[in-house]
Amino acid sequence: MSVIHANKDNFENEVLKSERPVLLDFYATWCGPCRILAPILDELASEHPEYKVVKVDVDAAPELAEAYGVMSIPTLYVIRDGKAVKKSMGALPKAQLLAFME
Amino acid sequence: MKERLYDVAILGGGPAGYTAALYAARSGLRVLVLEKYAAGGQMTETPAIENYPGLGEHAVDGFTLGARMQEGAERFGAETVRTEVLSVALGEVPKRIVTDAGEYFAHAVIIATGATHKHLGLAEEASLVGRGVGYCASCDGMFFKGKTVGVVGGGNSAVSDALLLSKLAKKVYIIHRRDTLRAERVYHEKLKNAENVAFKWNSEVVELLSDERLTGVTLSHRDTEQKETLLLDGLFISIGRRPETGLFLGQLAMDEYGYIVAGEDTETSVPGVFAAGDVRAKPFRQIVTATADGATAAYFAEKYIASL
Repeated sequence: MSVIHANKDNFENEVLKSERPVLLDFYATWCGPCRILAPILDELASEHPEYKVVKVDVDAAPELAEAYGVMSIPTLYVIRDGKAVKKSMGALPKAQLLAFME
Repeated sequence: MKERLYDVAILGGGPAGYTAALYAARSGLRVLVLEKYAAGGQMTETPAIENYPGLGEHAVDGFTLGARMQEGAERFGAETVRTEVLSVALGEVPKRIVTDAGEYFAHAVIIATGATHKHLGLAEEASLVGRGVGYCASCDGMFFKGKTVGVVGGGNSAVSDALLLSKLAKKVYIIHRRDTLRAERVYHEKLKNAENVAFKWNSEVVELLSDERLTGVTLSHRDTEQKETLLLDGLFISIGRRPETGLFLGQLAMDEYGYIVAGEDTETSVPGVFAAGDVRAKPFRQIVTATADGATAAYFAEKYIASL
């Protein structure tokens, strides 16, 4: 699986109605810590098909960032059955990201 | 073990690490770089680098420069594994590195783990990160459009953060514990043109005020100890760095601040272990001084391996 990009049009289908737990990443193209995290999210998506990795560009979808109260990027959420169950701010190494998903 | 045995293992993929990798790989050594994120280190938080030579009129962002340094080293055969180092045994032969992707071995180790943001050390600081308190103005500045923010610090990165924020925020306060800035002169000129930047000299942040999120700070004047409340929507902390050397405690000589003691030859207190870049105790930490260390470390690592 590869990383999915979400905006306000596909967010409900890709994230809220997802049957798999979602790792949701609020990021921006110009944010350094977001960019250093990106290859780890790509690896996670391809190595762990039991999870869905979804990225939201806060510039392209400011309404989603606001709805989730994002004030710092990257901000990561774990979404299960449409609900945000965990939140973490800043980049995380892969092993810690996997622990965060559990 | 053989396929996980390298001539040189480099811990950290910033400018020091990938320059060491470039030089070591070009010398024909088998080189491994261990980095937990994408390449670039602290550079990745810098939107425009203008003081690295050779860029001409084209400033480059730090992420791109880091990626190019990685490409440059990998072109000559350096390998990168994206993993976090959990522990090291620098006295063993060969040296052993435990990561969350298993164990690696190397004849020589170059430590280029760099440094990270220093914290104020105040109660609630950690819990307010992302709720008004931040360390990366270029990341989170956009969330403070039209708001009032403070920047703590007086060095280049504090002033650079304040200038960036002045374009977004209504008002920016530079809170500095001295009465002059440490930042280079080029920044002073730019500050003169930023009309919405004000200064709180000789002031220390002694308390973070919050109600769900940051609402302000209490400042204490250094001489009079007079207290002042400053209402803020955001506070960016830019008071310097601390080295990433926790893994090496008890194995390598360090100075009182935790930087690894090594001279210009980058040799540490353990034979075959070299320290390059911001992690090394030295007076001036820049991208150029990091790359210089990287090249030097590779040179002495090669000599060390040849002597084995």
